[in-house]
Amino acid sequence: MKAFTYERAATPAGATAAFAKAPGARFIAGGTNLLDLMKLQIETPAHLIDVSRLALDTIEPTKEGGLRIGAMVRNTDLAADARVRRDYGLLTRALVAGASGQLRNKATTAGNLLQRTRCPYFYDTNQPCNKRQPGSGCAAIGGVSRTLAVLGASEACIATHPSDMAVAMRALDASVETVDAAGKARAIPIADFYRAPGTTPHLETMLEPGELITAVTLPKPMGGTHIYHKVRDRASYAFALISVAAVVQKDGSGRVALGGVAHKPWRVEAAEADMPRGAKAVASGLLAGATPSHDNAYKLPLVERTLAGVLAEAKG
Amino acid sequence: MKFDTPATTNPIDRLKVIGKPTNRIDGPLKTTGAAPYAYEQRDIPANAAYGFIVGSAIAKGRLVSVDTADAEAAPGVLTIVTAANAGTLGKGDFNTAKLLGGPDIEHYHQAIALVVAETFEQARAAAALVRADYARARGAFDLTAAMDSAAPPKPMFGTIADTAVGDFDAAFAAAPVTLDARYTTPDHSHAMMEPHATIAAWEGDRLTLWTANQMVAWSVGDMAKTLGIPKENIRLVSPYIGGGFGGKLFIRADALMAALGAKAAKRPVKIALPRPFIANNTTHRPATIQRIRLGATKDGKITAIGHESWSGDLPGGGPETAVGQTRLLYAGPNRMTRMRLAVLDLPEGNAMRAPGEAPGLMALEIAMDEMAEKLGMDPIDFRILNDTQVDPEKPERPFSQRQLNECLTTGAGKFGWAKRSAKPGAARDGRWLTGMGVAAAFRNNINATSAARVRLDKAGVVTVETDMTDIGTGSYTIIAQTAAEMMGVPLDKVVVKLGDSAFPVSAGSGGQWGANSSTAGVYAACAKLREAVAAKLGLNAADAEFVDGEIRSGDRRVSLGEAAGDAGLVAEDRMEYGDLADKYQQSTFGAHFCEVGVDAATGEIRIRRMLAVCAAGRILNPKAARSQVIGAMTMGAGAALMEELAVDKRFGFFVNHDLAGYEVPVHADIPHQEVIFLDETDPTTSPMKAKGVGELGICGVAAAVANAVYNATGVRVRDYPVTLDKLLGGLPAIA
Ligand SMILES: Cc1cc2nc3c(=O)[nH]c(=O)nc-3n(C[C@H](O)[C@H](O)[C@H](O)COP(=O)(O)OP(=O)(O)OC[C@H]3O[C@@H](n4cnc5c(N)ncnc54)[C@H](O)[C@@H]3O)c2cc1C
Ligand code: SF4
Repeated sequence: MKAFTYERAATPAGATAAFAKAPGARFIAGGTNLLDLMKLQIETPAHLIDVSRLALDTIEPTKEGGLRIGAMVRNTDLAADARVRRDYGLLTRALVAGASGQLRNKATTAGNLLQRTRCPYFYDTNQPCNKRQPGSGCAAIGGVSRTLAVLGASEACIATHPSDMAVAMRALDASVETVDAAGKARAIPIADFYRAPGTTPHLETMLEPGELITAVTLPKPMGGTHIYHKVRDRASYAFALISVAAVVQKDGSGRVALGGVAHKPWRVEAAEADMPRGAKAVASGLLAGATPSHDNAYKLPLVERTLAGVLAEAKG
Repeated sequence: MKFDTPATTNPIDRLKVIGKPTNRIDGPLKTTGAAPYAYEQRDIPANAAYGFIVGSAIAKGRLVSVDTADAEAAPGVLTIVTAANAGTLGKGDFNTAKLLGGPDIEHYHQAIALVVAETFEQARAAAALVRADYARARGAFDLTAAMDSAAPPKPMFGTIADTAVGDFDAAFAAAPVTLDARYTTPDHSHAMMEPHATIAAWEGDRLTLWTANQMVAWSVGDMAKTLGIPKENIRLVSPYIGGGFGGKLFIRADALMAALGAKAAKRPVKIALPRPFIANNTTHRPATIQRIRLGATKDGKITAIGHESWSGDLPGGGPETAVGQTRLLYAGPNRMTRMRLAVLDLPEGNAMRAPGEAPGLMALEIAMDEMAEKLGMDPIDFRILNDTQVDPEKPERPFSQRQLNECLTTGAGKFGWAKRSAKPGAARDGRWLTGMGVAAAFRNNINATSAARVRLDKAGVVTVETDMTDIGTGSYTIIAQTAAEMMGVPLDKVVVKLGDSAFPVSAGSGGQWGANSSTAGVYAACAKLREAVAAKLGLNAADAEFVDGEIRSGDRRVSLGEAAGDAGLVAEDRMEYGDLADKYQQSTFGAHFCEVGVDAATGEIRIRRMLAVCAAGRILNPKAARSQVIGAMTMGAGAALMEELAVDKRFGFFVNHDLAGYEVPVHADIPHQEVIFLDETDPTTSPMKAKGVGELGICGVAAAVANAVYNATGVRVRDYPVTLDKLLGGLPAIA
């Protein structure tokens, strides 16, 4: 870990202003991802701006009938919120499928969206990794890739995004609200939030340097049966091999997003038209253009089969 | 004391303390944080500095240069040790690769430098500034590719590469029912909770190491040899160990580098290995490729049994002895076993919980399941039919005790085996395909010389001192029980001091020899103390009884405290062994049962319940023994379903070198476990009549799980771990 300086921001404006004075600084929220990466010398910020005590920790109704979730709402509190449990069960189920109770007590909504990949080569500073060290190459391609991406990957990077929460957010059409150093606020639909790896896998989101996430909003409830099926080798405390987040309506229509297959939660709206026709049809649209490796080709049938199980469960 | 004739009745048979399910006497210390582990030792010289090790970034080749200038200039840095300034170092007998690499690099993450600084954070930050240039050499990292180059290993610890009885080839060719299958087991990491850690301090030319180590005397010897100093100048202290599983049988880089760092910095130095080093810097259980051939008559009598195993290790290393149990477990007139060892430039392979049998039974006990199915027999009946009460390679040697059949039948009744459908894929519970599996458990018993010193003071307190270690197994407690039983005092009148090279040399903890051997050593010392007490009072020890804190003889009753007097009494002895282990085959047996559910859509495998039935001699403390067995069953479940060090065959290292990537079972994976110990005493093993259980518990578990998965799904997976990707192709079609 590189030595760093630290300050605690009192307001969102204070946080972005602090960044303007110390470019290259990092916001720290729960610290459950950032600190691990710093200890391993993967992230080496010289300055930390603690945003964990900003007054962004409430969940409020929006005038559109949805919910505005403060960026600092802890994963535990978000999962337990009565309105979330009632109207956005998918989100609760995705959250509690992730990490552990202790981690969820610390982890924040913003931090969860921005957690970094679990590609094993990213974690070993002896290995080339374009995400960690742009231009150094990608050790995972041609290496051990059982957990890595089958969709949306590039010749520079085949990492997946590990978040469960983000997969639910994608299915629910959430929107990420931010503020930048100039005080300008904007809302980025989650569909546009993550960047494709392309030749610059170190750039993971559309956030500008120093742009602070202030909230994530959910549109008004859409009803339906909410199922999050996270598939993993052990029963708990593991990242998804793949996951399926689905909202299924009585008439068989609905939405599906996948985790563990790409650099972002994977959703193909066009494929959802096939929902009433069953898993095979939806999966073929969802997985079109897949580029699996020998190690992770199993993810394609696994997605289809898991989706079939989810649709069967939704039918009851 | 020499143990060379089977035990007769002795004070242990009173079973007032021994054999009782006693809570661990070290339990409260551990649950309250009062038991200091190596890195937390408080009674050490002041002013300790912190060390952080730099590991090699390549698997094989040469270190061209190491630039430490930036690191030396970093805040707080006191000194940097590399092979260039460490002086001449030897290598310990139990190490294969050197613990400090350079200029030659033998494996990934081999230590190449140590940074010592005022704080841990400073040492770690400066370690990142050490720049090394390497010249990579080609290495061999792929066991399958290296199979053809594999050769018979040198005999080690009495194991030989090949055995043959009768005419295997002819019998196999002639057998009406045969199986010829190949199985693989991956590299496994000990993944113990406490990483290897050491504090080293020099006082003149005398070195003290507070470390986490299973084998105190071995490690003193190896440290002396490595540093080129007399053994007498080293004190090694290892009272509490947060898991070892064989990974701490030897000195590793933490110990050597702490000693070198402390010498260079002229201050005590503390080092804990970072988690990735557990996989790549320390040892691991080597992967195996195994071929098993079974031939049988139509009614299920084995006529030919063949087991071959290939594994790899660094030059000069040893094999995974995966065929060992096949030499002993089942009858059959025509037999062959063969071990081959390839050179691999992966990190050093070595012992991990039940080396040999654990991976060997992972293969053999699937093969037995497959063969039973071919024969149309129940797998329990098939095993019972092929039981043997003598060493099948040397029929003149009977087993001292062998209750494998009883384990199988007891377990079958208890587990509800009769409800299992012989046809795979036939049982369903909602979305789950369910199935049951069974496997035999087998682990050899080993006795090793073990010494102890016992003191009796005027308060009647018995203090035991031995360099025996407690790796979480319960050594403190069973040693206390032994001393209490022998001296006729309650447990709270016994103090046990372990894990210090200043104490008499014990058997140490490994190979499940610790419990029987170390308590037998305490037995010997206590027998001497009884004589000393009697002699002091002018009594005859043979006629005296030690009960309720007193020695009683005829109408004399004297309290032990009074007998000890102000000066106290001390006795020391060791237990040595004659040739009973040659005359009798001493082994431990068990049967593992498992029920699994497999998600019909996703192939996710979840264990529903597990049962182990063990026959392992006298169980000294059923509570501690049960803990050992359920822990081992959990580890076996890990081996079955998830544990695999993933090899990067291009760069030669284990990629998933942390506990996020190397998955071991969590609570949710292990819903219900039960353990039954059959009533058994084995008079050939020691006066304790005990054997080990800590390794028996893992032997066969993974195969029982794999067999249950087969029974649930009809998909036979022969390559561990049994993960869902290997099932998908064979699961029922989905809607
Ligand atoms: C052992 C373990 C297991 C885990 N298992 C799972 C799992 O199964 N599923 C899963 O989804 N996750 C899992 N996680 C990841 C966990 O969900 C994340 O670590 C957590 O959500 C991150 O939140 P945080 O608040 O601690 O983020 P931090 O670590 O504080 O920050 C993460 C990143 O977000 C940035 N950031 C934080 N807040 C803001 C903001 N307001 N604006 C802009 N940038 C910001 C930081 O600069 C940093 O780059 C696991 C983590 C661990 C350690
Ligand atoms: S897949 Fe991406 S994160 Fe992994 S090594 Fe390649 S570039 Fe790095």
